Amino acid sequence: MKKIIAIALSVFSLSALAAGGGDYKPNDPANLPYGNKVSLQRGAQLYFNYCLGCHSLGFQRYQRTGEDLGISVDILKENFIFDGSKKGEHIKIAMPESYAANWFGAAPPDLSLIARSRGADWLYNYMRGFYKDETRPYGVNNSVFKDVGMPHVLQPLQGLQVKTEEGDLKIIEEGSMTPQEYDLAVRDLVNFLDYVGEPIKLERQQIGVKVLIFILIFFIFAYFLKKEYWKDIH
Amino acid sequence: MTRTQQLIGWIDDRFPLTKVWNEHLAEYYAPKNFNFWYFFGSLALLVLVNQLLTGIWLTMHYNPSAEGAYESVEYIMRDVPYGWLLRYMHSTGASAFFIVVYLHMFRGMIYGSYRKPRELVWLFGMVIFVLLMAEAFMGYLLPWGNMSYWGAQVIINLFSAVPVYGDELVTWIRGDFLISGATLNRFFALHVVALPIALLLMVFLHIVALHAVGSNNPDGVEIKKLKDDKGIPLDGIPFHPYYTVKDIVGVAGFLFFFCMIIFFFPDGGGFFLEPPNFTPANNLKTPEHIAPVWYFTPFYSVLRAVPDKDLGVVAMGLSLVILFFLPWLDRSPVKSIRYKGPIFKLALALFVISFFILGYLGMKAPTPGRTVMAQITTAYYFFFFFPFLPFYHKFDKTKPVPERVTD
Amino acid sequence: MSNDGVDNGRRRFLLWSTSAVGAVGAVGIAVPFVKSWSPSARAQAAGAPVEVDVSKLKPGQAIKTEWRGKPIFVIRRSAADVSNLEKIGSLLKDPESSNPAQQPTYVDKVKRSIKDDVMVVVGICTHLGCVPQQKEQVEPAIGGGFFCPCHGSKFDLAGRVLAGVPASDNLEVPPYTYLSDSVILIGVDKGAA
Repeated sequence: MKKIIAIALSVFSLSALAAGGGDYKPNDPANLPYGNKVSLQRGAQLYFNYCLGCHSLGFQRYQRTGEDLGISVDILKENFIFDGSKKGEHIKIAMPESYAANWFGAAPPDLSLIARSRGADWLYNYMRGFYKDETRPYGVNNSVFKDVGMPHVLQPLQGLQVKTEEGDLKIIEEGSMTPQEYDLAVRDLVNFLDYVGEPIKLERQQIGVKVLIFILIFFIFAYFLKKEYWKDIH
Repeated sequence: MTRTQQLIGWIDDRFPLTKVWNEHLAEYYAPKNFNFWYFFGSLALLVLVNQLLTGIWLTMHYNPSAEGAYESVEYIMRDVPYGWLLRYMHSTGASAFFIVVYLHMFRGMIYGSYRKPRELVWLFGMVIFVLLMAEAFMGYLLPWGNMSYWGAQVIINLFSAVPVYGDELVTWIRGDFLISGATLNRFFALHVVALPIALLLMVFLHIVALHAVGSNNPDGVEIKKLKDDKGIPLDGIPFHPYYTVKDIVGVAGFLFFFCMIIFFFPDGGGFFLEPPNFTPANNLKTPEHIAPVWYFTPFYSVLRAVPDKDLGVVAMGLSLVILFFLPWLDRSPVKSIRYKGPIFKLALALFVISFFILGYLGMKAPTPGRTVMAQITTAYYFFFFFPFLPFYHKFDKTKPVPERVTD
Repeated sequence: MSNDGVDNGRRRFLLWSTSAVGAVGAVGIAVPFVKSWSPSARAQAAGAPVEVDVSKLKPGQAIKTEWRGKPIFVIRRSAADVSNLEKIGSLLKDPESSNPAQQPTYVDKVKRSIKDDVMVVVGICTHLGCVPQQKEQVEPAIGGGFFCPCHGSKFDLAGRVLAGVPASDNLEVPPYTYLSDSVILIGVDKGAA
């Protein structure tokens, strides 16, 4: 069992190595338009059409998504609920985990909290970081997630990139979107995932402003009360 | 007599209500020169109440099982009305507790609050600190995220350094051959029942001991030496109303920053809620970089600085144990830093810097350079307690301590 | 320490105003604690309205479903059943459904349904909470209805309680509405969905 400390300690040196050798292009801030419903709706649409085949959002409910994004129940039922789930249910996938593990080597993870564990910037660059690599099973590698086990699902939109000798990514086969359009689409997708990671975020900040203003008012009263009483002492 | 007075009289005949009120608030005479550093005791009490209340409420929705824990935390975050707020109050409260307690302890160090006759106040406080570390550590396993899991893995394995029975001890603590639902359930029981009871008892003793000897102050003079003809210390003022109204201002100031974190930065920049903990516990996959939560990192650094596992564990334990002996290590003729000489001030400054460096290094992956740095700061950490503290007064000049407190 | 020149009015004002603001704060802090006891999104989803398709339901047949953990009976009544309901009032405790807690306002007082032929009722006996059984004949003069096996309470085909049995109230009619001619949504008031 003492070994485990040794393993734990050696993990530090391993991660240090990994951090040193990585190539982090592209490396751009996501600059998410928080709470922009149009962006969130477009992101949701991308997610439901391209990602939900494999990645569930197991902690997120259809109904809440619809309410928060301004999507009506009818549109939700028509365009988003593919598997006959009720609107109050979680966004699950039909693929059993064991099948998925066979196809991909590992079951595609649930993405409810991916924006909180990876961060928006990482996701933004990850979705833009696929490049051609014939040595990989799906013919692509990723400049942010080395030897990733996922195919480039958005290739029809982005096209195919190659990695130049300087480490830059260049498009060699065009997709249906221009690079600018694709960046915006990925930004919307990441914005949606960021929302799913913490659906309460915007409301939390709105409540927070009120709470802080209230505490400030209370502070002022308490401060003058203290000053009044301490006149006795000074 | 009014109705209220009658009621209080009725109670006083059966329970010492007025007596307790007077002894601990209305006629508890505290030095009148408390400064900023004296907010943190009452703030620690406030955070304790916050942790108890939010903890009880989280328990109502949390599912303490390996199968359901991670999911139930997200259930609290998303499905329970205001569950997210209760959880953020609790998770931010954990870090706030340590911030407040570290500052409270530092106050004790600069003004010599641990010195005679307050040794027991310090000792009870140290027991609270150790209990708090246990409470925080066990609470951290409960979300059952991957960082919870591997953090617990590493810390439980510290016990394998115990000679002969180490491995059996570790298995016994886990109740399994790996960290599992059995571990989670016992940590849950200790976190929500046993340790809070112990903490409350120790906080009670801490305050009883303090009120028996009276509070120290930034000048380190004993206000009880000089009393007026009614027996009231000349430099004392009743805790209530003067320090109650003052502490309320402190509470408001604290709550402003506390709520700012809760509502705007609940992750605390990855320090209060760590990103890898948003993936479920996985016994086959260690997060890329594991480090304890920030409040453990100085001690964790001591562990890593020693190039031998068993000795490292001993060093880490010693870095905590030595704090208990502080009242007897410091032999300066004066209590407060105000009347100590430049050597102590410099040494204390270096101690604080070392502690911060150790804390920083504990979060980072070790490199040869960082390890050397950790060894230097660890050596200094111990040097400060021994031999520096018992002997510095032979070289350091002190200033004369006044009879009365200064403003 | 001296109490000379203390402005007691100012002091009292500050004390009360600070206390008042503090009390507002205390109420504010209580909000998350109190509200967290309300049904969660999970409970709301589990208790969501239930759809029932009655297009294939023949007279005399029943569909049993569940809404918020309660058994719900959906029964198609024949024209004869319905006309019988008007005639047996004298044998019932509350033939005109006078207790407003037992049915929504938009159902008929006698037939206790939105449409004459389909009745929707909560299958919990109003005596002590057992689940009544549907009978083709509960009593010769009544015809079809419900019989509670626990203490022998009897109800007619509108869920109205018979005279001379332990139960005092008619069976509860849940809120429901028609989404189309043949689809009922149980748990939502008429016209609300």
